[in-house]
Amino acid sequence: MSGYLESQLIILCLATIYAYGIFLPAASGQLNLGAAGFITLGAYASAWFNASTGAELPVWLSVILAMMFTGTIAFVISFPILRTRGVYMVLATFAFAEVVAGIVINVEELGAAAGMPVDAHLDVTVIVPMTILVILFSFYFMSTRLGLALRSIHDDENVATLFGVNVRTAKVVAFTVGAMLMSLGGSLYGHHYNYIEAQTFNVLLSIYILLYVLMGGTQTAWGPLIGAAFFTIVPEALREIAESAGLTWLAEGRFMMFGAFIVLLMVFRPEGVMTRTLQDRLGGGLFRRKKQVLDETAANS
Amino acid sequence: MLVIQQLVNGLMLGGVYVMVAVAFTLIIGMLNFLNFTIPALFMFAAVLMYATMSGTLPFGNDLILTIFGTEYRWIAGIIVALIVIALVSLVIERFTYRYMKAKYGDATEHALPLVSSLGFLIIFEHLVVSTWGSDPLTAVSPFGQGTFSIGTIIFSVPQIVSLVLSLVVVVMLSVMLKASKLGRALRAIAERPDAATLMGVEVGRIVPVVYVITGLLCAISGVLFTINYTTVDAYVGDTVATVAIAGMVLGGLGNVWGAIVGGLFIGMLEVMSIYIVGADFAKVPIWGMLLLLLVFKPTGLFGHTLIGKGKF
Repeated sequence: MSGYLESQLIILCLATIYAYGIFLPAASGQLNLGAAGFITLGAYASAWFNASTGAELPVWLSVILAMMFTGTIAFVISFPILRTRGVYMVLATFAFAEVVAGIVINVEELGAAAGMPVDAHLDVTVIVPMTILVILFSFYFMSTRLGLALRSIHDDENVATLFGVNVRTAKVVAFTVGAMLMSLGGSLYGHHYNYIEAQTFNVLLSIYILLYVLMGGTQTAWGPLIGAAFFTIVPEALREIAESAGLTWLAEGRFMMFGAFIVLLMVFRPEGVMTRTLQDRLGGGLFRRKKQVLDETAANS
Repeated sequence: MLVIQQLVNGLMLGGVYVMVAVAFTLIIGMLNFLNFTIPALFMFAAVLMYATMSGTLPFGNDLILTIFGTEYRWIAGIIVALIVIALVSLVIERFTYRYMKAKYGDATEHALPLVSSLGFLIIFEHLVVSTWGSDPLTAVSPFGQGTFSIGTIIFSVPQIVSLVLSLVVVVMLSVMLKASKLGRALRAIAERPDAATLMGVEVGRIVPVVYVITGLLCAISGVLFTINYTTVDAYVGDTVATVAIAGMVLGGLGNVWGAIVGGLFIGMLEVMSIYIVGADFAKVPIWGMLLLLLVFKPTGLFGHTLIGKGKF
């Protein structure tokens, strides 16, 4: 595999892992604009556990410990943050990410504003299997009882409560597990590029990850995968085409076209690219039984 | 004395935040969504002002030069920025508020305008980057470094003018909301759009007005920013708007007077934190305050409990 393709594959993998981290809370209708905060925590914690100036642990152990560390923090802050709703939750998670960035940039042991070198290197042979693992885990997670609970909260929180779903537990678990996935993504980022800087994980990153998820659609576990793949592949492909055809306006304007695409998608398909209806339609034979059940329910009601 | 000087500087900085915070609070209070095109409009106005003053607009530079001459090009800058932003606001209204509803009902339905506004943010930032480049752009201030001092405290004239101007604009706005027919219609929409429609308020006609008003607030504040701080770039809106959001939450969502107090306070908090704990650490007090406020008193100082509930 050429170096260029490999680097693009890594970017795609990391974007996918981040997107699933945001997707789990979003599957229950909770918008988390604090992705950068959890990624920062994961990247720095893993780097510190692994570093010779820190705890000096093997790389796999430091990645796991970083996930536990981020998970603990996410669990603790999820209680106050999940008290807020709607726009307040967007703002609260966003403020959390800014606080994390502000603290990290001032800790001398973590390199402060100059950034921090990371010791162990992980290459594409680790990152791709991990990504596949994350995708499989998310599909499994959404098919469990808890995943079903998240879907029901997404559709109507009050009705879900009436049917005995423990809304608080489901939301806290989704938020925490999502944060752990983002921590994993952050650790992989650090160990692949071997250098981390708090400024890389900024508001724009959080915004883009949230967009991956909302563009892909929050109704099915395919959403984040489609969103992340689309967002990373299409701009690169457009750049390639534009450069080989000598169209400078396309190379410069591709992000504007992208913004316009987001706006138009919200007009014509506000639920995101992948919906449950589309999944059933595409599934054909594979989901036939399920579709029949759906049709019967629709006919009876 | 140095502390008082810092407080004065903070008040001046707060003047920039006040208008942006008021723009945010108007959209949240009236239409119930967090409008991320506000940083884009602020930045675009600031860059247009720079471009007109330095003659780097894509077209029309010669015309402006013959009408206004080099001396008074800043007037042309203000006119260009206000007109362009007002037109752009109408386009944005067409694609955010009007398509708020999802076809099959969805919990993230209320996030739609938020997402479209993020789309517009991306469009404008890249429009500016591809036209003027991503490096900081420095304009020459038409008023020079006019300062005067009372005792040992130094005041900068353009900053005082813009602080007073922004307060006057905001006060006029709040009087308009209280007293005029348009203001009454707006408050009716804020309370319940359906009921307002039944009572004969033309929601489809009034909502664009809200967009144009907030757009003009951003434009004025962006223009003043260019005159005062002279250096702008494609991402200046993000920095200013995020701090302004903190100011808005402090004052309470949907409350114009709250946004004024919050904006001024956050400006002073920023300058004082830089003075006391250093520039690198200055973010922590602001965002820590915002986080605590959202968790323990989400209505802010003067907010309404109903605004922003369950919506984005």
